[in-house]
Amino acid sequence: MIEIDPTRRDLVAAFWENPKGPHSPELQQLVNKLRFEPSMRDKYVVVCTKPYEEWTLAQLPGQRGKPIRMHTDQVFSNLNDAERAIFKLRWEAHTGQTLD
Amino acid sequence: MRTLFGYSDQISARPGDTINFKISSLNGKPYQADIVRLICGDDSPGGPGFKETPVPTAIAGEYAGREQPIYDGSYVTVPHTGAFDNIFSFTLQAFIWPTTPDKGRQALLGIWCADDENGFELFIDDHGSTALCLGDGRGTVDILRAETPMIAREWYFVAAAFDADSGEMRLYQEPLNPGPGIGTEMAVQRSASVAPSQRGATVFLMAAHNVDLDGSVIGGHYNGKIDRPRLANKSLSRAEMEAAKSATIPDALRSHMVGWWNFSRDISGTCATDISPNRLHGEIVNLPTRGMRGHNWTGREHSWRHAPEEYGAIHFHDDDLYDAGWQTDFSLTIPESMASGVYCARLRGAGDEERIPFFVRPPAGKITADAVLLISTATYMAYANMQWSMNTIFAEPKGGGITVLGRDDVFLQENPGYGLSLYDKHSDQTGVCYTSRLRPIFNMRPKTGVWSFNADTHVTDWLEKIGQGFDVVTDEDIHQEGLAAIEPYRVVITGAHPEYWTTPMWDAMVAYQGQGGRLMYLGGNGFYWRIAYHDALPGVLELRRAEGGMRYQTTEPGEYHQSFNGELGGLWRRLGAPPNTLVGAGTVGTGFDSASYYRRTEDSHDPRATFIFEGVGDDEMIGDFGSLLGGAAGVELDGANRKLGTPPHALVVARSEGHSQLYFLCPEETPFHHPVMSGAENPRVRADLLFYETPAGGGVFTTGSISWCASLAHDDYENNVARITGNVLQRFLDPEPL
Repeated sequence: MIEIDPTRRDLVAAFWENPKGPHSPELQQLVNKLRFEPSMRDKYVVVCTKPYEEWTLAQLPGQRGKPIRMHTDQVFSNLNDAERAIFKLRWEAHTGQTLD
Repeated sequence: MRTLFGYSDQISARPGDTINFKISSLNGKPYQADIVRLICGDDSPGGPGFKETPVPTAIAGEYAGREQPIYDGSYVTVPHTGAFDNIFSFTLQAFIWPTTPDKGRQALLGIWCADDENGFELFIDDHGSTALCLGDGRGTVDILRAETPMIAREWYFVAAAFDADSGEMRLYQEPLNPGPGIGTEMAVQRSASVAPSQRGATVFLMAAHNVDLDGSVIGGHYNGKIDRPRLANKSLSRAEMEAAKSATIPDALRSHMVGWWNFSRDISGTCATDISPNRLHGEIVNLPTRGMRGHNWTGREHSWRHAPEEYGAIHFHDDDLYDAGWQTDFSLTIPESMASGVYCARLRGAGDEERIPFFVRPPAGKITADAVLLISTATYMAYANMQWSMNTIFAEPKGGGITVLGRDDVFLQENPGYGLSLYDKHSDQTGVCYTSRLRPIFNMRPKTGVWSFNADTHVTDWLEKIGQGFDVVTDEDIHQEGLAAIEPYRVVITGAHPEYWTTPMWDAMVAYQGQGGRLMYLGGNGFYWRIAYHDALPGVLELRRAEGGMRYQTTEPGEYHQSFNGELGGLWRRLGAPPNTLVGAGTVGTGFDSASYYRRTEDSHDPRATFIFEGVGDDEMIGDFGSLLGGAAGVELDGANRKLGTPPHALVVARSEGHSQLYFLCPEETPFHHPVMSGAENPRVRADLLFYETPAGGGVFTTGSISWCASLAHDDYENNVARITGNVLQRFLDPEPL
């Protein structure tokens, strides 16, 4: 299994520039690892809160019937910003390093 | 938050037919209803724009609104008869294959009311072990427990007996394959502190119990299989229980058996057959899965038709749902003046709006256009209330982007009673085999994502834009009427994703082509899975995701045969009838992150193909635009393959290229797990645009891509995708043989 190399800020910068891709093979591998989480519990998603205009960060409960946790302090006006925000949260969780 | 929603009993109707609409308005708030003709349901900024036209009908008006409950969870209910009277001593027994023994209390067999704790029940307790409870309805309950948790997905023989004379209660929990990790046989007994009361109103249930006194609410749903359930009016000895395991009733037990249910009988039917003299046939509610491997399955036969005695199990789920059973709020009799097309009952009020689609065909015995649009209702049902992205760890990597949920996703996550799609797993992680339209379907709606129903409104939008008259016909119509449903039409046009086909539908399309019919297949991943409709239950279809194909969930070995009709399920390709034989191409790959374009091939310059490209330059990139991922070649792609039956004279007139590394060859396209799988590396991941002539002057045009139709409206419909599609349509409408 590949491990995330915290020194590869070049990959972070490339993602920041173009969250939707296409990515280089190395960046795609990093993105796949961040997206492929072992559980759906607490998985970050976004909920569209105004059609085509606004998306809010949220976390899945991992079990049907449970409420989705909405983070109403993190609202995005486009999906690229939402991609960056979730990438940042996952990067920090994996590496312990803060992204500015 | 959704507050107003509903469904209809029919989705396809002709003038004179009546459709009943069943509405739930949360908190009982009033709403207004009317009928609209839907032109385009895509309201996304890059799409053609939302378009609908009100149609005056008698149903227009204000309605009071009421909240209608929904109850999921499957079970068997046995109507009360005199045979249940005066059961003082009893035995309950069955083979079970629990799938969530750790879920909490789950009913197996009994006459039990949870509200007043009255009756008797064999159940799985909060610790996952078998238990027997007795209640007198006056507050005294006695529970005998096996005290050993069962293991999920293992067969057990479970039995409980009560002797009213001695007051002895006994319980058995015996794994059929005992050993390390599984446990051993458990047998417990003692004197009971209470005798169950005798009250006839509560009915005998399997896999659930009565919650309230009048039986209107059912709960305690069990996940797993039950095989050979028995009820005796005597406390059987262990030896007698052994005899009661057999398939047929021993003479010595006959007078004591109240019910001897045999689930291997009438597997395609709707009742649980009792072969005891009492004939206490049970009603099967909410479609638990049938044709399932029983406790005695040997693996020598894989079809329940060949060895029904080994398929005596029913698999119950606490989230099965067939018919919500709501009351009708208003009924529409289709006026003679209502032209064939796509319509919705539009509801507004209660802080919400809802549109319930239905499809109007021309009057019986008539057609009102030479072209008919095939409405892929089977596809819409297959995806009904799909919750895959919220429950699947590889959904986000496959999508190539974060998971984006809409308000309907949130509603379904937080209100899970509305049933699942064929892409989901049940709560016990087994695959969903049945899907019904007799419930609100939140994603079979306009103003949802560009997929399934809503994606097909790109075709209605384009046909309206070019002024092309058309009738509509649904999958269900073709299934029921066969060739007659499409025979009068010169051209059949599909939507973006005609994926699911019953055998009668398939045969009808073969016959249509054989007599000169012209087919425009404007999608991808079409003609892919075999399905079955039920002969007696309207509005429900079945899919077995047998080995092969893109399986969002899997079917267990030995359970590949459809319970509705006994046919082997799975991919049409795997059944020896690849879609290539019907439309020249079959699914080769999928990707959800991006879409691409086609380039013309040498074949496109064949004189036979000239009509297709009139007005299109030799070097034009075809469809390097579109409102679904930005290209006409995308999402799910079909390719030609002579070995799979693509006609030898088929012209591959254009081929897509430039697919991303998140496109992948689909599983049935490769027998070996080599690393060259992605669209960036494997040249077989592409869409083929095909044309070929069929007998009697007919023809087939295939786009091989789901996103094709989402490019039709680009640049105000002035683009090469619309031009090619229009060229083909005009030629196909021309009666001159191709």
